Amino acid sequence: MSTSLQAFVQGVGLLGPGLADWPSAAAVLRGERAWTPAPTRIPAPESLPPAERRRTGTIVKLALRVGLEACARAEVDPARLPSVFTSSGGDGENCHEICSALATSARALSPTRFHNSVHNAAAGYWGIATGARAAANALCAYDASFAAGLLEALVQLHTERTAVLLVAYDAAYPPPLRAARPIPDAFGVALVLAPDPGPHPQAQLRASLGAAPPTPLEGPLEDLRSAIPAARALPLLAALGGAGDTRAVLEYLPPLQLETEVRPWR
Amino acid sequence: MTPLALRVFTATSCLGRGNAASLASLLAQRAGLKRCDFETVELPMYIGEVPGVDAVRLPAALAEFDCRNNRLAWLALQEDGLREALEAAAARLGPRLGVFLGTSTAGILETELAYRARAADGALPAEFRYRGAHNSFSVAAFLRAALQLTGPAAVISSACSSSAKVFASAQRAITAGLIDAALVGGVDSLCLTTLYGFHALQLVAPGPCRPFDVARDGISIGEAAAFALLEPADDSLAADGVLLLGTGESSDAHHMSAPHPEGAGAQLAMRRALEAAQCAAGEIDYLNFHGTGTPSNDSAEARAVAAVLGPVPGSSTKGATGHALGAAGALEAVICALALRAGLRPAGVNTRALDPQLPVTYLLENRPGRLRRVLSNSFGFGGSNCSLLFGRAG
Repeated sequence: MSTSLQAFVQGVGLLGPGLADWPSAAAVLRGERAWTPAPTRIPAPESLPPAERRRTGTIVKLALRVGLEACARAEVDPARLPSVFTSSGGDGENCHEICSALATSARALSPTRFHNSVHNAAAGYWGIATGARAAANALCAYDASFAAGLLEALVQLHTERTAVLLVAYDAAYPPPLRAARPIPDAFGVALVLAPDPGPHPQAQLRASLGAAPPTPLEGPLEDLRSAIPAARALPLLAALGGAGDTRAVLEYLPPLQLETEVRPWR
Repeated sequence: MTPLALRVFTATSCLGRGNAASLASLLAQRAGLKRCDFETVELPMYIGEVPGVDAVRLPAALAEFDCRNNRLAWLALQEDGLREALEAAAARLGPRLGVFLGTSTAGILETELAYRARAADGALPAEFRYRGAHNSFSVAAFLRAALQLTGPAAVISSACSSSAKVFASAQRAITAGLIDAALVGGVDSLCLTTLYGFHALQLVAPGPCRPFDVARDGISIGEAAAFALLEPADDSLAADGVLLLGTGESSDAHHMSAPHPEGAGAQLAMRRALEAAQCAAGEIDYLNFHGTGTPSNDSAEARAVAAVLGPVPGSSTKGATGHALGAAGALEAVICALALRAGLRPAGVNTRALDPQLPVTYLLENRPGRLRRVLSNSFGFGGSNCSLLFGRAG
């Protein structure tokens, strides 16, 4: 039970409601800046060719944005990294459009909507945008999706001694699905995890399975953590941002939880 | 990599429930495809439907997971001693037994039907269950609940490579010491999204699919549930025991729904599987092609195979099973395991006249003979590739 997995965190990317990038989110998590909730704003993915860019929805733009931010901060070439993409819900807007079309008598589906419906759409567009031919994974573990993705990335780093990009993302479902899965807005986070410190090491990360209850956050950020599956990463991000507490337990598959500890690296 | 044993394995598809029925179909070169009569679908295509899924009743305690996908999983779980083996492994290993399952559409059929039954205000029916049926993780949540499994779990949903990639993830988790054994597999079931979606992409054959045929004209969609219990190999493994010897994964970085024309990503996946198994290309006795039956997929795969493996004899069993999408990797892994155990290179059923442009050794008739090493290819939308290398213990 006590197998411990380790990595250096070389770069972080983040985008969420009122959180524009990793440095501003870290300032909020440290309590240096107040959090002003505002709808998540996702820039257009400049890295994709225009034809592909037109085909992408919220979820793909979100994943590409945070993935590229993490790689830029780590100063690593995204094309070199194997990747682990993890999302609880995938593209809810696209799913809604497909199910709506299938409920009509014509049942006419758009081919683009169909190929975008795969859970690994973000991983596929990431490959097209960056040229990465390394292995890319696409995971789902409902509310445990972040922790499952982090475990997958750490295991891959451990067994293959390679840096790995982890990208976790979820976006709002439109009605009527929203009533069944009330995810309020988009949140994405990416980590470049590596066996070595790299040029801009953030911290050393250690993770193991345990049974301690998940670490809550204080104030309104706790609502964000518990509302969006990808935001279950926030207690770890607070530790990475230097919020004081270096230990964070992440929600996994109760009673099994993911216990993490970060050590600043200088 | 350290070899892992497939302690128990089983497959349920349109070829039959469990290994004996599946092998009997392979030996008889029998296809399970029929004209599409699924639900209210009226499309000119053939499907590989598993009979009896609708009649499955889940135990009352598992009612929140009720959907076609989980009924199919339940059906397959009862075969070949899998359920008993998992219960024993769970009792022995507790949270050190992991679960890695592949699916592409999970229980989306329930959502499609719920959308048809929306109220005047657009609301879904009250009985719609998101977590137990719609969410991609639902099949893993279902089996964890059904078998009271408490270890790490994830669903991999990378389209048609999903349940091949679970073997690689489970192998890594065992090597890293996170778990001691894993339930791996894939479950994908017929639904309107894939039937109408592939039709919209003009990738579906009007008749039964004919992989590598000169007149091939698309896929036939199937469904399946296939599982294996993976554990480190030890001396107790019989000579006809089956081992996972290598895994190789890659990305095309090319297009969402079209393969790289030279199969560059496919080549990389096959090379990595050979490297991981420390196996030479010439040692492969049989290749289970991804072989979907679309003109471009088979052509790209043929080029990739010719470049990496040369004239290895092989076939696509999708001519018999249809394309089980997210369950195809696990289904074809079990077919490889059956082939190794029985000493059988299964024929590519339905294919009549081989495409002379494709530089591969494609089997149109079953070829018996001792097999030691076999490779299985799985490639998916988004350019997601995975090759698995299996071998006999003795």
